[in-house]
Amino acid sequence: MPERIAPLPPDRAAALAGAYDAAVAATRRRTWAGLAGLVVLTGLAAWAAEVRPWVLATHLGRFTDYIVQILPPLTWANLPGDLAEWYWGGPKWLGLLGETLLMAYLGTLLGAIGGVLLCFSAAANVTGSRTACILVRRGLEFCRTVPEIVFALLFVIAFGLGPMVGVLALAIHSTGALGKLFSEVVENIDMRPVESLTAAGAGRIETLRFAVLPQVLSNFVSYGLLRFEINVRGAGVMGFVGAGGIGQELLVAIRNFYYADVSAILVLIILTVMAIDLGTERLRHGLLGGLR
Amino acid sequence: MTGPDPTPAEIAALRRRFPDSFRPAWRGRLLAVLALAGLAALAAYALVRLDVSGARLLAGLGRLGEFSLLMWPPETGGRAFAFLQALAETLGIAFIGTLTAALVAFPVAFLAARTVVPNPFVHFTVRRGLDVMRSVDVLIWALIWINVVGLGPFAGALAIACADVGALGKLFSEAVETADAKAGEGVSASGGTALHRIRFGLIPAVLPVLGSQVLYFFESNTRSATIIGIVGAGGIGQYLSELIRVLELRQVAFLILMILVTVALIDAVSGRLRRALIGGAAR
Repeated sequence: MPERIAPLPPDRAAALAGAYDAAVAATRRRTWAGLAGLVVLTGLAAWAAEVRPWVLATHLGRFTDYIVQILPPLTWANLPGDLAEWYWGGPKWLGLLGETLLMAYLGTLLGAIGGVLLCFSAAANVTGSRTACILVRRGLEFCRTVPEIVFALLFVIAFGLGPMVGVLALAIHSTGALGKLFSEVVENIDMRPVESLTAAGAGRIETLRFAVLPQVLSNFVSYGLLRFEINVRGAGVMGFVGAGGIGQELLVAIRNFYYADVSAILVLIILTVMAIDLGTERLRHGLLGGLR
Repeated sequence: MTGPDPTPAEIAALRRRFPDSFRPAWRGRLLAVLALAGLAALAAYALVRLDVSGARLLAGLGRLGEFSLLMWPPETGGRAFAFLQALAETLGIAFIGTLTAALVAFPVAFLAARTVVPNPFVHFTVRRGLDVMRSVDVLIWALIWINVVGLGPFAGALAIACADVGALGKLFSEAVETADAKAGEGVSASGGTALHRIRFGLIPAVLPVLGSQVLYFFESNTRSATIIGIVGAGGIGQYLSELIRVLELRQVAFLILMILVTVALIDAVSGRLRRALIGGAAR
């Protein structure tokens, strides 16, 4: 039985409508103020970064030209021959790509080991001492804020050119990033197993091994795999500063305008990164899903 | 739990009732050992292949120790103003790059979302395009853009924008796909068109999430923008790589300190903004 809702008395309705309008107006004002702030910041940033849209507009043709130029000269009539010519450096590039992947692997592994060793000290709930906690946290922050390429630049001078430098740079940066993520995982664990093991008289190492590690291991591995993805990209450009991998070849090809080589190496890198992304995503889903 | 220790008979009874709990977990242990052995074998191969040697490591560490002594005390070398200018340039690159990427990725994300564009061909193509942009590192993008707009910070901003369109587009489209569909259904039920549905049903729901992701990317781009100068695309990286090459280590230390402080400041400000955004959404 539909029943008509009685309208509010006019003065009450007017008051409510007024309050609603005021609320909407306040939101609008805030939005406009936010937008104005954004515009001012954009202006400043554009001035600082020397943004010149007209240069982009006049030279956009160069971008498309460049893309067209790096496209390989493939023809249907002679496809295998053209492909072979496009990838004339195939074996060498594949070798360097393998080197890049190994750099990423070793860097991630060493970083993960460093992260695991340090994360318990940096986690507020299981740390040994307050001072150690603060010191380790600052150290990890330093390791992850300084970009890996900067470490690589310094290390190239200290250790000499080569992939070892890339590995060390990636390892230090990964230690910083993974140590922080790992310690956050440890801070979110269920503390009851820790308390019961401590009550049963377990030492620190035993507590960490039997109460903490089983709770955090799957998350550790998942973060480690994510880091591996990131490090594959990072290892790809380590060669720019002489720290090994395929980056050096790419830099030479781009700087010397070996157009077909640029696209050949880029395609290799893109395919590898995509394959690694897909693979690790599968693994991570399997891992987190399987243990739940 | 307190009480007397279990007698041998009780233990035997328990052993009969729960045989699995008393058996060592051979299968699990074997798998773990095999996995670890595999990881270690690959690592050993990598160590040999990348010729990592203890002697080189020790010599290098010694030199690194000398370097860190030479780094103290940090000094500007009379170039404080130039350094500050480069820092401003770095922040400008990160800001413009992130903003451009966000503005471009926003409409693209709707095309890549399965729930908005049901055509599988469209969102598959858009997604793979985004994947390609994401796979190319910022430094590579910078080299490409330098060919187009010349050396300088503008190339850096464009490079960051390109790399981030891929990453932000993917994240945005995931946010759009997981958004609650009920608000949109309500808009449709009261007679709204497809565009109304996006404007009033979807955008209010996803905007805070997208905003916080953009802020997060701004933080990470501040770090990327510090190195983009290594290939000549503006910012503080130019000074950094030059000064490392000529071993002006005190000035290098000053630059690194500047970067650390700036990144910490940006992180603090943007973390605060992010919490405000997300909190506003929850309220």
